[in-house]
Amino acid sequence: MDSNQGSMKTDLIVYAAILILACVQVFGLRGDLFAMLVVAAIQAFLAVMFFMHLRDEKPTLRLALIPATLFVLVMMNMIWADSYRLIHLKPFAK
Amino acid sequence: MSEANVGGASLTLDHGAGVMEERPFAIPSKKLVMWLFIISDACTFGAMLFAYGYIKNAAADWPRPFENSSIMNALLMTFILVTSSLTILIATRAAKSGNKSKAIQWTLITVVLGLAFAALHLKEWMGLIGEGVRLFQNPWGAPMFGASFFAVTGLHLAHVVSGAIALSVVILGYKRGRYNADDLEIWGLYWHFVDLVWMFVVPMVYLMNVKAG
Repeated sequence: MDSNQGSMKTDLIVYAAILILACVQVFGLRGDLFAMLVVAAIQAFLAVMFFMHLRDEKPTLRLALIPATLFVLVMMNMIWADSYRLIHLKPFAK
Repeated sequence: MSEANVGGASLTLDHGAGVMEERPFAIPSKKLVMWLFIISDACTFGAMLFAYGYIKNAAADWPRPFENSSIMNALLMTFILVTSSLTILIATRAAKSGNKSKAIQWTLITVVLGLAFAALHLKEWMGLIGEGVRLFQNPWGAPMFGASFFAVTGLHLAHVVSGAIALSVVILGYKRGRYNADDLEIWGLYWHFVDLVWMFVVPMVYLMNVKAG
């Protein structure tokens, strides 16, 4: 396998960044779901690109993996309309 | 390995492997398989978390049982899991450079960290069960809380435990010469993915359900 493994210094910086972001989630953004999910997405991006070395792979691999996954996850958002239709997990009375 | 051009197609003449086309993504098949597994598993976890959000959103009396101690426990679990990602990176780097003993040592540290994470997770579960949380009942409100909480965190816990087992098997095989550094790197990808999923579980399952006051 010939992927570039990056440097230990980069790994340590990414490690520290992910932990700092986790602390920001817990101490600074608790209760704000959107902000916490944005921070989680940044943490995930750092993990995928640096820890999993996707940034060192061919662009075709990134193109094959990322858009397909994001498409499925974005399409799952269609459930929210139905979720708001319910109260106590039962539909509103007509 | 030598290159050849036959009928306009770029071919690789791998030693002893006959005439083959180049790998489309320049990675071995087993690494591509792991990536495909990871994206399918990401969709599985995505579906679980969306289902959790759906149920929580639809229930007016969703429980908020987590006290500060639970949140600190979740933060400690995050620290352990992210640290285990770093240790598996060190192990992979050591294996790539041919330092077998260092690779084995750091992989075993990763496994121990994974098991520590699992132990803290079970401690959290036992605390909730002790407070009366069951799959379809709890003392506070929406009965589906237990089922959805245990489903999401249980699926993640199962991934951590199976990852620890897989890493142990791979490192034993690596020690005996059955597996190589590539295999360790591939299972490292899985381990990082488990770490990545936890970053979404914590805010959705723990931080949104902190006890008021």
